[in-house]
Amino acid sequence: MTAVPARRREGLYFAVRNGKLLAGLAVLVPLLLLAAAAPLLGGQDPNAYVAAPASPPSAQNWFGTTMFGQDVFAQFVYGLRSTFIVGALGGGLAAIIGMTIGFTAGYRGGIVDEVLNMLTNIVLVLPALAVLLIVNAYLGVRSVGVQALFIGLTSWPWAARAIRAQTFSLRSRDFVDLARLSGVRTWKIIAREIAPNMNSYLVMTFILLFGGSILIAASLDFIGLGPSQGISLGLMLNNAARWSALHLGMWWWFIPPGAGITAIVGALYVMNVGLDEVFNPRLREL
Amino acid sequence: MRRYFGRKLLVYGLTFLVAVTVNWMIPRFMPGDPVQSMLSRANVSQPAAVEAMRAHYTALFGLDLPLWQQYGNFWAALFRGDLGTSIWVFPTPVTDLIMRAVPYTLALLIPSILLSWWAGNRFGAFAARRKWLDNTALPIGYVLTATPYMWLAILLAWGLGVVAGIFPVSGGYSFSMRPNWSWEFVGDLALHWFLPFASLFLVAFGGWAIGMRNMIIYELEADYSTYLASLGAPRRLIRRYAFRNAVLPQITGLALQLGVLVAGALVTEIVFSYPGLGHLILKAIQNQDFFLLQGAFLFIVVGVLVANFVIDIVYVLVDPRTRIGMGGEAT
Amino acid sequence: MTLSVRDLRVHYRTLRGEVKALDGVSFDVADGEILGLAGESGCGKTTLGKSLIRMDGRMRLAGGTAELDGQELPIGDDRRMNRFRFARVSLIPQYSMSAMNPTRKIGKMVGELLASRGEKLDRAELERRLDLVELPRDVLGRYPIELSGGMKQRMVMVISTLLDPSLLIADEITSALDVSTQKAVARTLVEFRDRGFVRSMIFITHDISLTYQIADTIMIMYAGKLAEKAPAGVIVSEPRHPYTRMLISSLPEVGVRHAERRLSGIPGRPPSLLDPPTGCRFRDRCPLAFERCAEEPPPIEVAPGHHVACWKA
Repeated sequence: MTAVPARRREGLYFAVRNGKLLAGLAVLVPLLLLAAAAPLLGGQDPNAYVAAPASPPSAQNWFGTTMFGQDVFAQFVYGLRSTFIVGALGGGLAAIIGMTIGFTAGYRGGIVDEVLNMLTNIVLVLPALAVLLIVNAYLGVRSVGVQALFIGLTSWPWAARAIRAQTFSLRSRDFVDLARLSGVRTWKIIAREIAPNMNSYLVMTFILLFGGSILIAASLDFIGLGPSQGISLGLMLNNAARWSALHLGMWWWFIPPGAGITAIVGALYVMNVGLDEVFNPRLREL
Repeated sequence: MRRYFGRKLLVYGLTFLVAVTVNWMIPRFMPGDPVQSMLSRANVSQPAAVEAMRAHYTALFGLDLPLWQQYGNFWAALFRGDLGTSIWVFPTPVTDLIMRAVPYTLALLIPSILLSWWAGNRFGAFAARRKWLDNTALPIGYVLTATPYMWLAILLAWGLGVVAGIFPVSGGYSFSMRPNWSWEFVGDLALHWFLPFASLFLVAFGGWAIGMRNMIIYELEADYSTYLASLGAPRRLIRRYAFRNAVLPQITGLALQLGVLVAGALVTEIVFSYPGLGHLILKAIQNQDFFLLQGAFLFIVVGVLVANFVIDIVYVLVDPRTRIGMGGEAT
Repeated sequence: MTLSVRDLRVHYRTLRGEVKALDGVSFDVADGEILGLAGESGCGKTTLGKSLIRMDGRMRLAGGTAELDGQELPIGDDRRMNRFRFARVSLIPQYSMSAMNPTRKIGKMVGELLASRGEKLDRAELERRLDLVELPRDVLGRYPIELSGGMKQRMVMVISTLLDPSLLIADEITSALDVSTQKAVARTLVEFRDRGFVRSMIFITHDISLTYQIADTIMIMYAGKLAEKAPAGVIVSEPRHPYTRMLISSLPEVGVRHAERRLSGIPGRPPSLLDPPTGCRFRDRCPLAFERCAEEPPPIEVAPGHHVACWKA
């Protein structure tokens, strides 16, 4: 009993000293604040025509303007917003589905496991982007929320598989047996006995799903299947490419959105490794 | 062994079934009359084309037939290799368009996947537990793997193409040339191929390097490594064993990453207007050419399934444990 | 004299400071002797075994020496120690089940291991030893996963002793096995010694009754220090240290496996080795403790070959 708080304190000790975790946060938190402050920094409408077209960065327009005189910085902060939203919603939904299926399959075993496993494998080998292409092209996607919904529905399988394997190994432990024998209900066993023992693992899974959703959303936006309303970093890249920013030398149009995505996803990945080192003493540098 | 592959083939077969069914079902979710709405959304100027398409769609959807029969007809057409007719370049069959584009996509995908996998694994294994490399080179790996494919492609096209003028930034070959087997043309092809290839390679390389680095650290901490070290085996031998064992999950990782890599190739092609499937898909979306889009989708699914199966075979050849496990099951 | 350890101190680096897992231990192991090393978990017995062959990353040699056949072992220097490993000091680990590379055929792995040490594989000798432990010769062409647990255990025993080391450390090798297999393993170890595959041996376990069956001498450790060391018969029939007495009296007549579990019967727990108390470390749990125990009792030879660290002995 006394070991648990001690372990938690030790985790915290390593967490505040883990360079990777801190570096990831140092990149992520400012971007998050920027996204939160979008209405203050970027005005009401990021797509409004506010200045002379195609002008390079200046004191008025920090990141310059687009071909049509939209402020790139305003688009960037609003785009960060959509990026975080799509990551949180898409990654969150995928994590919920993955956990539900993973826990159920791993804990129940038998025929339930067989069926869920088959389902997981099928969705796993289906190339997610190709499916999303078809779905988005036919049904159309109006908002970031709908986009996140579709992404969440297609990107859960690897998480389900990993959680299933972990659950499987925990299922036969003494404390789970004890709970089962004392008549605790299944979902309670999962919530109280199994999930807490893989907390760190679940957090890391969510982080990876978060990053993955952002990348898929960016690709879809870039192909032109993004949300038809609002702005996103992927859509900025799409506009820049479509209107030949490349050939016109308008680097300020296509560098910020890509850099934003890379910074967010890269920070998430680095944090993930940092967390792994915090939770997994064997990986710490000696 | 037979059981193992039987299971895998069952999954792939079911996946194909699901993909075809999705393909068939999705248009029916569209509000209103699908034929009418598709025709009105399509950018077709020739009246002849519109009429031909109406006939084609109506025959294909067969909306007056019972559902199961519509579904059966869809499969029958599929087995005839009939994916419909393109609206964008009417009346070219979709199959022809796809077959023309596929060689370009494969020429990008296969070398970039294999080379990045090989080089990334080597590099990751080399960097692991070597302090300064681990601290300098791996952050670069993280940045690479977090980079959206299209952004790196844009950066390379801008830096090495537009600004430096070393490489062409659009098309599969120069506009002034006709495809033939002269050295000049092949050289031109290679020049156009290089940047899209390099951008795919770099992003994937970062991912493999990091995966291998994390994997090999686990292996170096494994019991067999400790035992060898206790018996005074040199670091070289221990690392060699650890590398080999860490490569196995990387093979599985390759199967898991296929979808992402294909997606990367699609958006990279779009950046470079490279005449592969990605470019085709962009055109299909821009022109609301749903037949073309659906054909490309099915083709990608089949390609990924075949590649998965190849990886399954390779895995069994490489990991003795799977072979033995299977042998044990059979007896 | 095969092994001679003097005042060995090994510390673990942890967050809260250095844990003095081994705090000044001296003992000898003679030619042909099997030394049984017993005690509760955390008493330092595994640390002692590890430090004689390979310290892990968190361990630090804080003092003391170890001499093997008159030659000093560079136990604090991982690189220089390599020359001695396998050939002079060898190890049968706790984790025999997973000690072999899962993706190499066993024979090939052995060949590569020997080659990496500059030794040639004597196939005939290897096969003779396989026969001795009743392993079929074709195990060399198999992968570890194809062997049962007992077979893996025996295979690792053969591999570890292939170069006829002077000292073999067997670290809790029986804890994962059932009772009859334990006995067979113990008998094999004795046979290895009798045939000269190993000169002497340190057999680490928390199971005193098993130790008694094979060891010539038994050494009891408590909280990083030596409590008592004597010939096996003496330890069992006339233990002098109160801790040893409580250990022995908690054993029933025949074969109880986990002496450790029984020990929960002794009230209290061993002191923290982060900042160990002065004086006798067993003081708090000892029924015989008196004022003098505030001073640390040195190990004294009360009879030939019988060392005890207790004022009451």
